[in-house]
Amino acid sequence: METELLRFTTAGSVDDGKSTLIGRLLHDSNAVYEDQLDSVRKVSRDGIDLALLTDGLRAEREQGITIDVAYRYFSTPRRKFIIADTPGHEEYTRNMATGASTADLALVLLDARKGVLTQTRRHACIAWLLGIRHIVFVINKMDAVGYSQEVFDNICGDLGSLSRRLEGCTFHYIPVSALAGDNVVRSSSNMPWFRGCNLLEYLETVQIEDTASIPDFRLPVQYVIRNGGDFRAYAGQIAAGSVREGDEVMILPSRQITRVRTICALDENLKLAHAPMSVALCLDGQFDVSRGCMLASPLRPPEVADHVRATLIWMGEEPLRLRHPYLVKHTSQRVCAQVSQIDSVLDVDMLAEHPAASLRMNEIGTVQLETHLPLFFDAYKKSRGTGSFVLIDPITNRTVAAGMLSGVAQTIPSAIDKPLQSGVTVWFTGLSSAGKSTISQSVYERLWAMGYKVEHLDGDVVRRHLSKDLGFTQEDRNENVRRIGFVADLLAKNGVVVLVSMISPYRAIRDELRSKIESFIEVYVNAPLAVCEQRDVKGLYSKARAGLLPRFTGVSDPYEPPLHSEIECRTDRETLAESVAKVIEYLEAHFQAPSHPGILGREQAADVAAVAAGEMER
Amino acid sequence: MIGHLSHLKRLEAESIHIMREVAAEFSRPVMLYSIGKDSSVMLRLAQKAFYPAKPPFPLLHIDTTYKFREMTDFRDRICAELGFKLIVHKPREAKEQGVNPFRFGTQKCCALLKTKSLLDALAEGAFEAAIGGARRDEEKSRAKERVYSFRDVHGQWDPKNQRPEPWNLFNGRVDKGESIRVFPLSNWTELDIWEYIALEKIPVVPLYFAQEREMLVRGEHLIPFFADVPLLPGERPQPVLSRYRSLGCRFCTGAVRSTATTVPEIVQELKDVRWSERQNRIIDLDQEGSMELKKREGYF
Repeated sequence: METELLRFTTAGSVDDGKSTLIGRLLHDSNAVYEDQLDSVRKVSRDGIDLALLTDGLRAEREQGITIDVAYRYFSTPRRKFIIADTPGHEEYTRNMATGASTADLALVLLDARKGVLTQTRRHACIAWLLGIRHIVFVINKMDAVGYSQEVFDNICGDLGSLSRRLEGCTFHYIPVSALAGDNVVRSSSNMPWFRGCNLLEYLETVQIEDTASIPDFRLPVQYVIRNGGDFRAYAGQIAAGSVREGDEVMILPSRQITRVRTICALDENLKLAHAPMSVALCLDGQFDVSRGCMLASPLRPPEVADHVRATLIWMGEEPLRLRHPYLVKHTSQRVCAQVSQIDSVLDVDMLAEHPAASLRMNEIGTVQLETHLPLFFDAYKKSRGTGSFVLIDPITNRTVAAGMLSGVAQTIPSAIDKPLQSGVTVWFTGLSSAGKSTISQSVYERLWAMGYKVEHLDGDVVRRHLSKDLGFTQEDRNENVRRIGFVADLLAKNGVVVLVSMISPYRAIRDELRSKIESFIEVYVNAPLAVCEQRDVKGLYSKARAGLLPRFTGVSDPYEPPLHSEIECRTDRETLAESVAKVIEYLEAHFQAPSHPGILGREQAADVAAVAAGEMER
Repeated sequence: MIGHLSHLKRLEAESIHIMREVAAEFSRPVMLYSIGKDSSVMLRLAQKAFYPAKPPFPLLHIDTTYKFREMTDFRDRICAELGFKLIVHKPREAKEQGVNPFRFGTQKCCALLKTKSLLDALAEGAFEAAIGGARRDEEKSRAKERVYSFRDVHGQWDPKNQRPEPWNLFNGRVDKGESIRVFPLSNWTELDIWEYIALEKIPVVPLYFAQEREMLVRGEHLIPFFADVPLLPGERPQPVLSRYRSLGCRFCTGAVRSTATTVPEIVQELKDVRWSERQNRIIDLDQEGSMELKKREGYF
């Protein structure tokens, strides 16, 4: 009963005789029952048309084509086989990709009379892209070319250049006649010049090493089994590697490390489990682990990123839309995502890459994908299970693409990603409690709603992170301003509207920034000291007056108002709305509006809110 | 490379993955339980998938009331032993109208007692996902079925409008009223099922094992004899050493001549047999493509 399983996929152009080949394989290996043969015999025109064994649907029989991927099963005493039979007509890319996604080997059919066609190249290339590393070129209809060795040798020669381009793949060539049965299940006496084994012998003996699976343990948590009390078992199918009782595992995303207490199984005492087993693990200690988390090897954990590179095979009727919300289903995770950039589309005929603005159905392209939560993944070439995903349209619920991850995206924008708007640094300066943060936050929300890419750098927040090491001496204050100015300039160069709100009390350093930064707008948020002190939003003035905060601007350190600010907001006389309108109007008058609704900035807004209770500026 | 999995263990892992996916992604799943050998395998897989807890979904049996007595007895015993929650749905309306295959024909009888009844039961329970034991090797139109088979608000299958299903990434998103039929045994063959039953020592209905049974012999067909089966002129039941290869309603399930009284004997018999299991199902013989038509109407 310990038979091995081999999954393979078949591809070929229309009329290459693929259905006949599969029919022959099933028939000659006794996988077809008499009553099934009878029903085919009834509809065959003369004799028995083996192709009809596999054409399942009425529409297919009526039109004489195969519509969809069909799965066939047969076994020999040595091996059990699952065939993913994919159609050869124009919609083949998505069907072939589906069939190839779970296969270890591909049969690519050619008609001996026609030789190598464009489609032959496509089929081999798609199989290779999907991670198949064993391709068998089956040269069919040898009976129609007089079983000629010359024809066979020429075709093998033509395939040579193709096979050299598909890295890491092994190739095998078999001349057959599916119609007559030569070299399919029985070796042919019509081609004594062919010394290799027949197709079935090859399928039975080919060694399939698991190339697309790294040895590092990966278990995407699918389901948490609870059984009363504190009992928790984390269930899932091992995507790669193996695990033993007592092994250390890393929990992602928290990166906590613990040990496997037991491998929980019915009627079995499992000490070791490996891919592709479905298991349930109990861990030492209490952790917050739920569906979408991953348990992984702590020494070699997967990549963790929310900005990734991927190859997409587009399957939707509607073309890919940039910056459109899609859902990614990756391992057991489902997250919102968008394609931020299309790097290229693959010309499968020439095996070349071209720039593209979109992807249409059956096109293959490389893209950059941004996800709202990080993915835990490996490159598809290393691990199919943790490197594959599908894109789902959240409105129609359809699966619109199959994706293969290749790595973490470069954060340096390429030439294609020209800023959609011109960037600018808007610098809000003024006393503590003058209203800088309030105005800039409102401006931020307005710009964001208008579709600008916008970022807010708040002095209080920056003091907690970028300038954590700095104090409140004049040098430290100036250094703080320089650092923020540098970050703001970088962002602005990439088309972001950067709102900086910080006291920045010294005129000289603000003027230094103005001279260095290309588009610099100074907003003087002005309210008399007495008003600010009365507001004392953060309770800092009273502390300063009590002598608890040395070098406090306005009290024990000077504030030097701008002499030539672009905008002045008198927050003691204007309403917040009036102040905000001034800034917006100025920006609209002087800078290009976005041509696209931008989407950057939303998470950052949340970040700003989350750290609002940080160390305060003085 | 550590470890090597036999084909049965691979199939088991795949099916358990599918069941857990359903339990995690749907708020109201249900598992169709038909009492047959495939259902018996499904119960074992569900037990393993959620061990030590019970499966987080109930079982649903569409009881046409024409089932063999041995089947319903077995059903009640097994569900009680395992402690699984069982819903039995009986077609009240159709039964009141006296629907049977002799008066209405097998197609109509099946449409009313099985397909309609199933759709009613799924609607009553507001189930968004129904796990079934259908296998792709059973019939040609099933070979093109997805693991997650999308059904519209009427429970109908459209073979031209199926979701691509690469790798093992299933898309279970549905709008209100739509549903997914889930087939965890998609890649199993009849032989795999019996080899797994042997490996796991899974209990099955005794009707699968050969013994002398009262049969009406009509050409190649063995029709089980019951008092309510109309006899042909001059016809008499006779004892035949036989077993059932697949189980359905007793009027529409033929037996096969067999001497296999144990699971290993059945496995051996299947390796030699030249006839498919559905050959004994009288409904599929009605017309070429009849399974496809039934599935379009909402059948499994």
